Amino acid sequence: MDEESLLLSLELASGSGQGLSPDRRASLLTSLMLVKRDYRFDRVLFWGRILGLVADYYIAQGLSEDQLAPRKTLYSLNCMEWSLLPPATEEMEMQTSVVKGRFMGDPSHAYEHTELQRVNEGEKVFEEEVVVQVKEEIRLVSIIDQIDKAVAVIPRGALFKTPFGPIRVNRTFEGLSSSEAKKLSSYFHFREPVELKNKTLLEKADLDPSLDFMDSLEHDIPKGSWSIQMERGNTLVVLRSLLWPGLTFYHAPRTKNYGYIYVGTGEKNIDLPFML
Amino acid sequence: MEDSTPLKQKIEHQELGETGRPWEEMVTASQDPEPGLSEASESEQGLETGPQPRSSPPGIPQSGASTPVDDLVGPGVSSPPSPSQEPSSTPPLALAVQDLMAPWQSDKTTSVISEAGTPHFDHLEQSSVKGESTPHQTCQSEGNTFHQSQQTKCHLYGPRDVSYNSSKRKELRFDIFQEEDSNSNYDLDQPESGASEVAPSMLEIAIQNAKAYLLKSSSKSGLNLYDHLSEMLTKVLDKRPENAVDIIENVSQDVKMEHFSIKLDTLQNENEMLPAYETAEKQKALFLQGNSEGADQEMEDEIAEHSLPNVMESAFYFEQAGVGLGTDETYRIFLALKQLTDTHPIQKCRFWGKILGLEMNYIVAEVEFREGEDEEEVEEEDEAEERDNGDNEADEGELPRSFSKAPQATPKEESRTGANKYVYFVCNEPGRPWVKLPAVTPAQIVIARKIKKFLTGRLDTPIISYPPFPGNESNYLRAQIARISAGTQVSPLGFYHFGEEEGKEEEETEGRRDSFEENPDFEGIQVIDLVESLSNWVHHVQHILPQGRCNWFNPLQKSEEEEAAEAEAEAEEEEREEPDSIEQEVGPPLLTPISEDLEIQNIPPWTTRLSSNLIPQYAIAVLRSNLWTGAYAFSNGKKFENFYIGWGHKYSPDSYTPPVPPPVYQEYPSGPEITEMDDPSVEEEQAFRAAQEAAVNSTEENEETEEDEDDYD
Repeated sequence: MDEESLLLSLELASGSGQGLSPDRRASLLTSLMLVKRDYRFDRVLFWGRILGLVADYYIAQGLSEDQLAPRKTLYSLNCMEWSLLPPATEEMEMQTSVVKGRFMGDPSHAYEHTELQRVNEGEKVFEEEVVVQVKEEIRLVSIIDQIDKAVAVIPRGALFKTPFGPIRVNRTFEGLSSSEAKKLSSYFHFREPVELKNKTLLEKADLDPSLDFMDSLEHDIPKGSWSIQMERGNTLVVLRSLLWPGLTFYHAPRTKNYGYIYVGTGEKNIDLPFML
Repeated sequence: MEDSTPLKQKIEHQELGETGRPWEEMVTASQDPEPGLSEASESEQGLETGPQPRSSPPGIPQSGASTPVDDLVGPGVSSPPSPSQEPSSTPPLALAVQDLMAPWQSDKTTSVISEAGTPHFDHLEQSSVKGESTPHQTCQSEGNTFHQSQQTKCHLYGPRDVSYNSSKRKELRFDIFQEEDSNSNYDLDQPESGASEVAPSMLEIAIQNAKAYLLKSSSKSGLNLYDHLSEMLTKVLDKRPENAVDIIENVSQDVKMEHFSIKLDTLQNENEMLPAYETAEKQKALFLQGNSEGADQEMEDEIAEHSLPNVMESAFYFEQAGVGLGTDETYRIFLALKQLTDTHPIQKCRFWGKILGLEMNYIVAEVEFREGEDEEEVEEEDEAEERDNGDNEADEGELPRSFSKAPQATPKEESRTGANKYVYFVCNEPGRPWVKLPAVTPAQIVIARKIKKFLTGRLDTPIISYPPFPGNESNYLRAQIARISAGTQVSPLGFYHFGEEEGKEEEETEGRRDSFEENPDFEGIQVIDLVESLSNWVHHVQHILPQGRCNWFNPLQKSEEEEAAEAEAEAEEEEREEPDSIEQEVGPPLLTPISEDLEIQNIPPWTTRLSSNLIPQYAIAVLRSNLWTGAYAFSNGKKFENFYIGWGHKYSPDSYTPPVPPPVYQEYPSGPEITEMDDPSVEEEQAFRAAQEAAVNSTEENEETEEDEDDYD
């Protein structure tokens, strides 16, 4: 959710119970503005909150002019002091994939994980137990990246591709119409397209190159990984990710108000097929 | 286009063996046109455009006007020369053609003007005002016979060409020709000197050309660019958007959309916002209910007043904790709860929470009916089902009946006790009717523990799961509510205490007490203590045993009905009962501190914190369950409240594993009942017979032995 319209966005997203206490709200309004100034972001998004056992991580993201360019991610424990997280890499994802369970709320906490590693000594191959330590900060980076790649949502038309390549905010976006708002195909993944290249020419035929340059949600696997609801008597559409429970996307049709927030434990729901 | 056409023309030129230099052009132009007209016209085109950029001074705006000519000439070069091979057109035909041309020309004045304007240099010099001149006029002013013939020919093409473009091309060709011709008469340098003289009018013409072009209406939509641009600019000036240049494409689109939308008036979809209105209409009832009820309410008001919880107050505290719904939604729920308490005989009511669903959500209210006013409707169904099972047994003959019996159903707890202590009402949205959930049965709880399903939001959805769930979504929802309540309903230590009379005596289960009452002497707990020590929080809802009940039910004690059924098969039953006759399942008793809750694989089951670190003196203690993500409790020392919002699933660090399939029943062990002996051999029979004869030796019994023999065969 945008830093400028934080209060309205929080109100809109509150249907899932994901609120912020008044003091957090006030401090976010103050500190995000400073973050924007200090890091020279074009836009600052309040990304959400990862619930830890001891403390919660508040996450913000800074966007550059090009909306799809790699984003900078910051975290804070008290909503005032923000620290920059390193960019996520594939290696981090590999490392952290072995860690299960909840976040602690302490960025320097090290998860210990014993692993069997093959050690070659001469001709013999030994299996040795190696204790791998994964820092929670790394895990945090990796989880945020995974969530962003999997379930960050943007309505169709909110961004457009300029002829020179960069993706900009579409200022004439006036919201989806009520009928479009009920369809998953009107929402895109807020990331570089992955699936788009694999589409056939026939599927691409109807796409508008300036708007349809991202992957649509409707082909997500497994089918049914989104819950789409109209709330407040059709004046608010809410998408909830079932794959990453805690991610809520809201959009008031016919207005520019849209955004997403993640409030959850930072764990993927791999039980989804059993639960549908 | 502009770059490529001159090149093309040059190539064309070279084919004709011309070099493309201006002085040579003049030579070709001065040739007698009649024999090689087609050739000449083509070559001249190329020639004309070749020098033109050179001859026109770059600074003069006319250069802009000349570019369309280049464009238009381009395709003209490739036009087949066949029509031009009938040069000697008869005058009558030409006349007739002229008549035909008349309307066409009136339509096409704009394009004609543009062409007439392009051969600027010479004509303008000769006749000062040429802007509006039609081809006829120009030709006549020349007064050349050759041009006359050219003109007629040119008009001949007119009606033949269906599309404007090609006709224009011909027209243009004619003009070019004309110009070329005049070029041959005058010095090439002249245009340059003359251009400066007539610049204003040329500018005017150029503008008119451009305007005429812009005014050309599209063959598809009937719009023209001129009007469109002016509308766009009007819109931009009206709305004054910031950085208008960035959004001009969209403004353009909007303007066009507006044109289209006018046509749709007959097919407008009026019902589009209908659901919103419907909801608003329903919710209006919530807001109006206070007024509509008259003075006859006084009596009820007394009761209703204290049965309604102060939702807003607890919502305020939960907001401090950073959980809860939005303010307006909470207020609507508050009103909906008021509606519930007004319409039902409710003793105590509480906003339990909200359970998210796939299509709709559930708002859950926990109520306690006033004494003696609970409804007893649902009981009948279950008993009817049980009877069905009993009837099936009757009609079986001597064949052995199936002695596998359904695992004994644990009876559900009475209302007001155990897991059915409270009644739960749910609704999808405030304003919609409240639906009472059925009482929960132990079997449902036991199965619900083994499955993990998303709720859909429709109460009648069947639950399809591996251990078959006995019931539909309403039962599953009820079971989850029971489990969550039992796990996460907590209160500060001392707020409740066991009642003196009620508790001990009535319970047959060895002194376990399942009722409590508010402690009048509760003087509050320091908030900081509540945060620092989990032992200051206690469960005030009974633990649900593995059996699915809160109070132990001994499966060995059988109801009379069952005993009658079992009387015959008692022998087998006893063996079966052996493993079942376990000692009583025991859970933590009521009002156990939550510090004794089990850990979830090294994860503490509860997280406490202060709502605000900045102003600790007014902060409240916030308790969050890690087992049931979404369950919260707060306490400010004196007050407390519990709240659940989430999907209704239990947390587990491991992924859900479906329960293992039940063990395969072993076949009957091969024993003396199963195995048979070999057939008696002849020796045996003979020996047997001999023995019999020896033993009895009487005639009557011989008959019997014969019968026996038959049997053995």
